[in-house]
Amino acid sequence: MAQKLRTRGHRVVLNRSKGGDGGITFLLVILGAFMFLPMYYVVVQSLKPLDELFMFPPKFYVIDPSFDNFKDLFTLMGDSWVPFSRYIFNTVFITICGTVGNLIFASMAAYSLAKLRFPGRNAIFQLIVMSLMFHSTVNQVTHFIILSAFGWIDTYLSIIVPSMATTMGLYLMKQFMESSVPDTVLESARLDGASEFRTFLTIAMPMVKPAWLTLIIESFKGLWNAGASVYVHSEELKTFNYAIGQILSGGIARSGAAAAATVVMMIVPIAVFVLNQSKIIETMGSSGMKD
Amino acid sequence: MSRSKTEAKRPTQRSEMSKWQWTWKEMKRNKTAYFMLAPFLILFIVFTVLPVVLSMILSLTNFDMLNIPDFVGAKNFTRLFLDDEIFILACQNTLIFACITGPVSYILSLLIAWFINELPPKIRAVVTLIFYAPSISGQVYLIWKTLFSSDSYGWVNATLMKWGLQSEAILWFENADYVMPLCIVVALWTSLGTAFLSFIAGLQTIDRSMYEAAAVDGIKNRWQELWYITLPTMRPQLMFGAVLSITQAFGFGAVVDALCGFPSVDYAAHTIMHHLSDYGGQRYEIGYASAIAVILFIIMFGCNIVIKKALSKVGE
Repeated sequence: MAQKLRTRGHRVVLNRSKGGDGGITFLLVILGAFMFLPMYYVVVQSLKPLDELFMFPPKFYVIDPSFDNFKDLFTLMGDSWVPFSRYIFNTVFITICGTVGNLIFASMAAYSLAKLRFPGRNAIFQLIVMSLMFHSTVNQVTHFIILSAFGWIDTYLSIIVPSMATTMGLYLMKQFMESSVPDTVLESARLDGASEFRTFLTIAMPMVKPAWLTLIIESFKGLWNAGASVYVHSEELKTFNYAIGQILSGGIARSGAAAAATVVMMIVPIAVFVLNQSKIIETMGSSGMKD
Repeated sequence: MSRSKTEAKRPTQRSEMSKWQWTWKEMKRNKTAYFMLAPFLILFIVFTVLPVVLSMILSLTNFDMLNIPDFVGAKNFTRLFLDDEIFILACQNTLIFACITGPVSYILSLLIAWFINELPPKIRAVVTLIFYAPSISGQVYLIWKTLFSSDSYGWVNATLMKWGLQSEAILWFENADYVMPLCIVVALWTSLGTAFLSFIAGLQTIDRSMYEAAAVDGIKNRWQELWYITLPTMRPQLMFGAVLSITQAFGFGAVVDALCGFPSVDYAAHTIMHHLSDYGGQRYEIGYASAIAVILFIIMFGCNIVIKKALSKVGE
């Protein structure tokens, strides 16, 4: 092809046109606005005092911001027979137990699948990949039967224990271990007489810190956002998300408080992501599925 | 199964024994591997594999949680397709929903990841956060209920009324015409999740020198670059993203419930997943619900197989 190459210094200037750049920027701004404005509106709503919530037409900004909605959260549900802090405790408790369990179990399994060769290894990994292909709610009916056989209906266990075997974190951890923990390092540890478990704990795990964080956020995302579970019906075991739904059903007067609750709810996962973004992207680099 | 060179402990010579003996010996030698796998695997089998198997078995029975189930053959399936009009409606809705949200979310994830790939790192991090945030923020999608609120305090109704396009408030989530499109928009809004991050990461790992070499070879514009270099190089990520998008496209039931209530008006947003919860969770017709679950499995796996075939043609 008789195309003349543009160069700057010794670098080839890539094929970029001004029109293309402009078009892409334009599309990004439109899509970005679509994604961002609702999130922004939640924050605005949460800061609006009552009279501004009833303003017509509703404004996309706050005239006189106040934190009353956040304070209201604690008094609003005061007359329900479970204190509001209980919902927060439930969400935090479920999230921490499930995430820690998932991290421990999935890391051990990931190491075993990525770095040890034993009969059945491929079959087990295939099964785990297959599980990524369907949404877990398909299983809800038979899942319920199994949980009731254990007598776990209406307990924390019904949410926490199954979440410890979430396959997404295991998958990402396994892929990352395969690409970033060299076999030679493990081998020299074994030659020094370290047991397999010790090798895993002291050599492999410190090398895959980015994958821990990714596993934590994957597990966290699912548990933190768990709404009203069909396996739990006692009020005192229900989550913060369930409470938000209850607040919101109170209509327009409650929409400020509901927005405040939503802000509390979304700040935590967003903060976790912001602090770990580069590590998570690093882990995702090895997330590919070979066909 | 091949043994890696790195395993020095008690090597077994495969030729000396039968396949089963060899397997047994290898299993004993790798005891630790099984111990490390066991806690996860047991939970995984009990809470993921067993429910699937149980669904398949129960779908052939009339189990109702109370009486001892009878084997009824394919009766549940014939009832679904021949006698259950709402199921047929649910199938249509599910297909419309999944066929729009799945591909659109996938392509959007890919395009946005590609658009932002050449931005400076700091700006890229901020833009990534803007697009990714709705998918990790839980029930933040309830804000759409406020935006599209059925009274004049909803921003959309208020704006329409202010501009004189509408004289009275529209009951967005109680109108069968609007329910489905709205749910699709909200579902898309929350859908730039793990697949999106995977694409960003995949693009980051592509070596710039490949593009330079391609420019020398006569690749003329960024679209050719995308098709001939970028996409084939990140095919593993494309595959992973596709699996996640399919799974997600069939799993938006909670979004629909939260926005439209259950059942939705005139069953306008009733999906197979809702039909399943209805029969399984409310009416306790477990056999029938299991048959619905089995059909959903078949649809999801079918989609995965088709997509896998399609993706192997990328860049040819």
